[in-house]
Amino acid sequence: MIATLGRFIILTSVFVSAAGAMIAFAAGKRQSLDGLKLARRFAYAFAALMLLAVGVMEYALLTHDFSVSYVAQVGSREVPTWVTIVSLWSSLEGSILFWGLVMGLYIAGATWLTRKAYPDYMPFAIGTWLSCAAFFSFLISGPANPFVSVPNPPIDGNGPNPLLQNHILMVAHPPFLYLGYVGMTIPFGFACAALLRGRLGHSFLKPLRASLMLPWIFLTIAIMLGGWWAYEVLGWGGYWAWDPVENASLLPWLTATAALHSAVVMERRGVLKGWTVTLVQASFLLTILGTFMTRSGVFNSVHSFTQSSIGPTILVFLAAALLFSVVLLALRVDTLESEGRIESPVSREGMFLVNNLIFVLLTFTVLIGTVFPLVVEAFRGKQMSVGRPYFDSMVVPVGTALLFLIGVGPALPWGRAKRDQLVRSLLLPFASGAILGAIGFLAGARNPWTLVTLLFGGYAAWVTIVEMSRGGAKVLKRGRRRVGAYIVHAGAVIVLVAIAVSSTMKTQTEVQLTRGQSANIGMYTVTFLGAEDRTEPNRTSTVARFAVTSNGKPVTTMEPRMNQYPQMREPIGTPDVYSTVARDLYLSITNIDPGSRSVSVMMLITPMVSWIWIAVIVMGLGGVVALVPQRRVLAAEAKERVPDVAAEVA
Amino acid sequence: MKRSRLFLLLSLAVAAIAFGVIATTGISKNLVYYWSPTDITHARDKAYGATIRLGGQVAPGSIRMGNGSLLDFDVTDHQHTIHVRSNGVPPQMFREGIGVVVEGTMVRGGYFQSDRLMVSHNNEYRAPKPGEAINAKQLIKTTKGL
Repeated sequence: MIATLGRFIILTSVFVSAAGAMIAFAAGKRQSLDGLKLARRFAYAFAALMLLAVGVMEYALLTHDFSVSYVAQVGSREVPTWVTIVSLWSSLEGSILFWGLVMGLYIAGATWLTRKAYPDYMPFAIGTWLSCAAFFSFLISGPANPFVSVPNPPIDGNGPNPLLQNHILMVAHPPFLYLGYVGMTIPFGFACAALLRGRLGHSFLKPLRASLMLPWIFLTIAIMLGGWWAYEVLGWGGYWAWDPVENASLLPWLTATAALHSAVVMERRGVLKGWTVTLVQASFLLTILGTFMTRSGVFNSVHSFTQSSIGPTILVFLAAALLFSVVLLALRVDTLESEGRIESPVSREGMFLVNNLIFVLLTFTVLIGTVFPLVVEAFRGKQMSVGRPYFDSMVVPVGTALLFLIGVGPALPWGRAKRDQLVRSLLLPFASGAILGAIGFLAGARNPWTLVTLLFGGYAAWVTIVEMSRGGAKVLKRGRRRVGAYIVHAGAVIVLVAIAVSSTMKTQTEVQLTRGQSANIGMYTVTFLGAEDRTEPNRTSTVARFAVTSNGKPVTTMEPRMNQYPQMREPIGTPDVYSTVARDLYLSITNIDPGSRSVSVMMLITPMVSWIWIAVIVMGLGGVVALVPQRRVLAAEAKERVPDVAAEVA
Repeated sequence: MKRSRLFLLLSLAVAAIAFGVIATTGISKNLVYYWSPTDITHARDKAYGATIRLGGQVAPGSIRMGNGSLLDFDVTDHQHTIHVRSNGVPPQMFREGIGVVVEGTMVRGGYFQSDRLMVSHNNEYRAPKPGEAINAKQLIKTTKGL
């Protein structure tokens, strides 16, 4: 019954989105205002249908209606209610349905916010969005249908994948990732609209930039949450392994970050229009590629689910979207005329160009390393993967250069830097870099890349703080976007430094302890107190207790555990982390004997890990500051431009 | 203007080629091969020094615990068998007959030196019946956490 209702809603949404897309494109071609109005209604209707479909699914999940295939697959009467609610995104079909909901909300929101503006562009944008919506509705209606009727419903189900039930971060990571991934559809629509319309005026930059910024914020946070989850759950003590699914989330982030920067140059100088549009399109295409990689089972991971027949369908959509983007670019990019040019490479805009080059380089590095094994397997049938050293050796130098750019870019003026400006912008802040480097050296950093990272980090931090405080309190009223950008930069500097320090300065050891025995790691002494079994409705756990002392003083008690889920053959460990500002102590059980007399435990001390989580949140907040609309900002910037031009002429 | 554009395009092309060369060498140096015992046997000398993920079944009766955390066992796909030496405590589920994936390389001593040992982590994995063929590729693909 519920299943039939769900299927009916989804079929309606296929029709609504497809019809809406056609109406919108037709309205764009004839520049018909009535057509645009009608297309908007279809956009709202799509969002409403998606909301309804998800409502129906959640109802089925909460009432344990196992006659709905998806509930039979992931539902269980045993799991806590919060797990039941988030089960929506714990497996393939439900997560695609959730994707549809997020897409509907984005499309409706973007349509609503632009209802009074850009009537010449909007039909094309709505048409592009609804075309994507039609594809995903189709996906939900057929290849990934969660609403299949189960003829003989089981009494109880297995519940979602235990790895996903194992940690509370699972509630936050997927929605953030979807908000980031799906959100890239909106700037993609705007970019295509600019190309179809054959114009990218100064005013249309605003929705393009804002619609890119919002998913960028979500994606930034989502990538961090994914790393954090891996750190807290997987038990190998790291947060990033260059796993294909991690790369999949990073790739669109890289191009979107590049696009956010090139959009600034476009705004200031009227150049790089076609380039910015290309980056925006690439960001969208990479989200689809990422969905293909994570959802089709070509790579095995927590994210891929066994019954995945949607791979080919997504691949066809990816190919179609790629073809559409490339053809559109080839035919129409000349219509986006440059209105100015770049004066000198030694200037802020010059540094923006280098920034873009670096982000594109990073994108290709990660993309090649991720896709290469797929290509080899497809053509030669051999299975392999690209090892971590490839990514590290390629990304570390480029990332370090990026850190230097965060410093030197904002230090240089627009237009053309004079010699004394150049010297001043380079030398003075380097003093603070040298200090940070020296502190690091005294704290034991010997890795050359870590020391260079500290040097550049101190430099970039100095420039960022000086530029941020320029203009004093007035800045919060006038230059909020600028301040937001510098907050993001400040966060990025801390993240890069913390990554360098945490990955090169950790201590790791694996010991076997019997009850009462102790082991030392760094400043800590870890004593195994014993273990006990705990039973919860959805799992049984063996919890090992460790007392942690430092110089004889008690610090904390830690409880890493082994969880046994009924539907899993193998227990899953949950490490325990004791975080301080300076370092994390990480305990992960690898083996515990049945009588709980002895335990094998991996102990790790990693410096500065918690800085990463906090600094990424700072980056997200900086994005929010930059995004909050300002009425007078455009007028203020127009005024700023005049003296700039005057200076160049002189 | 035209000349400078040509120069720009040329330098971009050179940079792109340089990047391509660096990236491909980087990749080919860091490939990790997914092999079964049969693949390793066929690869002969190529298996020495290459990073390999070897997938197969822990041969019954082959596990020998050495001093400390030293561990010896055989990995088989019922056609060929490779002797594995591993350091480090094995994961909780490690036992005879289970599907394993070990990462490491073949050494001249004629055994596989492993520095990482994973048991197949998949919900659907079941130990193969005696005499049944083992799909090592499938095993490696379904091993989580590698």
